[in-house]
Amino acid sequence: MQTKNPISIKMSLKIIVLAKQVPDTRNVGKDAMKEDGTVNRAALPAIFNPEDLNALEQALRLNDAHPGSTVTLLTMGPGRAAEIIREGLYRGADNGYLLSDRAFAGADTLATSYALSTAIKKINDYDIIIGGRQAIDGDTAQVGPQVAEKLGLSQITYAEEVLNVDETARKVTVKRHIDGGVETVEGPLPIVITVNGSAAPCRPRNAKLIQKYKYALGKQEKNGELKHADLYAARPYLNIQEWTVADIDGDLKQCGLSGSPTKVKTVQNIVFQAKESKTLTGSDADIENLIVELLTNHTIG
Amino acid sequence: MNNVFVYCELEGTTVADVSLELLTKGRKLANQLGCQLEAIVAGNSLDGVEKQVFPYGVDKLHVFDAPGLFPYTTLPHASILTNLFKEEHPQICLMGATVIGRDLGPRVSSALTSGLTADCTSLEIGSYEDKKAGKTYENLLYQIRPAFGGNIVATIVNPENRPQMATVREGVMKKEAVASHRGEVIRHDVAKYVPETDYVIKVIDRHVEKAKHNLKGAPIVIAGGYGMGSKEGFDMLFELAKELHAEVGASRAAVDAGFCDHDRQIGQTGLTVHPKLYIACGISGQIQHIAGMQDSGIIISINNDENAPINAIADYIINGTVEEVIPKMIKYYKKNSK
Repeated sequence: MQTKNPISIKMSLKIIVLAKQVPDTRNVGKDAMKEDGTVNRAALPAIFNPEDLNALEQALRLNDAHPGSTVTLLTMGPGRAAEIIREGLYRGADNGYLLSDRAFAGADTLATSYALSTAIKKINDYDIIIGGRQAIDGDTAQVGPQVAEKLGLSQITYAEEVLNVDETARKVTVKRHIDGGVETVEGPLPIVITVNGSAAPCRPRNAKLIQKYKYALGKQEKNGELKHADLYAARPYLNIQEWTVADIDGDLKQCGLSGSPTKVKTVQNIVFQAKESKTLTGSDADIENLIVELLTNHTIG
Repeated sequence: MNNVFVYCELEGTTVADVSLELLTKGRKLANQLGCQLEAIVAGNSLDGVEKQVFPYGVDKLHVFDAPGLFPYTTLPHASILTNLFKEEHPQICLMGATVIGRDLGPRVSSALTSGLTADCTSLEIGSYEDKKAGKTYENLLYQIRPAFGGNIVATIVNPENRPQMATVREGVMKKEAVASHRGEVIRHDVAKYVPETDYVIKVIDRHVEKAKHNLKGAPIVIAGGYGMGSKEGFDMLFELAKELHAEVGASRAAVDAGFCDHDRQIGQTGLTVHPKLYIACGISGQIQHIAGMQDSGIIISINNDENAPINAIADYIINGTVEEVIPKMIKYYKKNSK
């Protein structure tokens, strides 16, 4: 146990978790891409990006260690991405925002980081912004550092564990992965942290929280007839907040396709070129002949 | 102005292999574009560092030498690149898709509003027609990478913004020294580029371990996939590897399933290997995996699915289960090699 200074006041942390709903790239069908080279998300099963779950766990641990903290999820996507906020609420997040607007569509990492950083400025009050290192649909690891740059904050990427937050000194200590090893670094708050997949897995959903939030819906999800329409006025926490470009005072030119310096020139489906090959069976004779052939031409031995 | 730049990564005062590989690629791109190749090193006690990079055809080396620049922290290195690029206006900037390159690249691209493509597997020069705007761009950098779970290969271009930035993993490009090349060294005043306030991240503790294996340099690689079924299945591969003096690698699926350590992963998000013999065991052959081993000399695929994509690039296809075939390979190797 650490001895606590009785005079110091336990301050709480404001934590923003960046999370993305991603197509499950392990189950990709033929119609996954649109003609303009962007992903046809509607045709694919959508999941919580795995490393963002690792990030959520680090945020929830900080929340446990610093009572009175708040964990706010921030995601960007179509209406159905409100699922990400619900999933976070089930696991212990306090609230969340869904950035959703046609103008955000087709964004590359730079336009995405513009939108997220503008929304974070709108949220205004934060100590730690934490997200997964990268999303499985792009594997770029760019959005975290780009958000940090746009907010003028320092960054710690490839985090494996947030070891400590010293609230008085406004410093955070993080163990991070580096090529061929590990490093422990200390940085000032506020800061952007991206979390590696090797960090602790996320805690499961909490049964009580599922009961509490199972009817939580985003604005776009409320289209049509609602099952429990009367609940939403009585329980404000069931209304997942959605923001458009206008809500965050965003510049349309920097959003979506128009804010993306990278363009997809061509997209090619994978067809491997067959070369001349020998096909063998697993029989003793075939394997022995192969080994002898490889030994003869000095490939092995 | 308008040259090709390579950010050289350092461990201590040694330039990383991935940077030398990129210098080799950068030299070729610069020749094709008719421009110069420039390199940047930022670290501490860098006297004589030019000897490491000039053999790779660097025309100009920008040296930033100050105590706070090693070990790497984000902000000082980002300021160096951002401020230098504002003066030099490179057309292309390449860096390793390492932890450092993937920490630094996006920071710089955001500051300069330039496009960045991560983990490219191929870089080429070509033209691009923007049909909507009715404009054609010549001599753009094609940044080619598998995307979207490896089901497609995308060619990305940055028509308007400069520099065109790309990261490339170690081992994807090949390093080749150019005979008798001499460049110019420019030593910069670090304080002019890096404000004192950038030194905010303190590295308290740092462990870099020598790699436990020599996958990159191994002449024979035996790689297992999800089809190995278990960690015990991999023990069989290690046994075969011991006989053949080979190294054991794994596909991402096998690593994710916990069959094998992460540092043995071969593919776009792992190591790229060029062995003379590659034995793929129970690997279906996702494009990301293929990207990390397709330049192998001879490829043997052992798979009970005769339609596995990897069979299309294999020289020998063994239709059988790994449990059946690998013990036989060990047995007949022992029998015939004596």
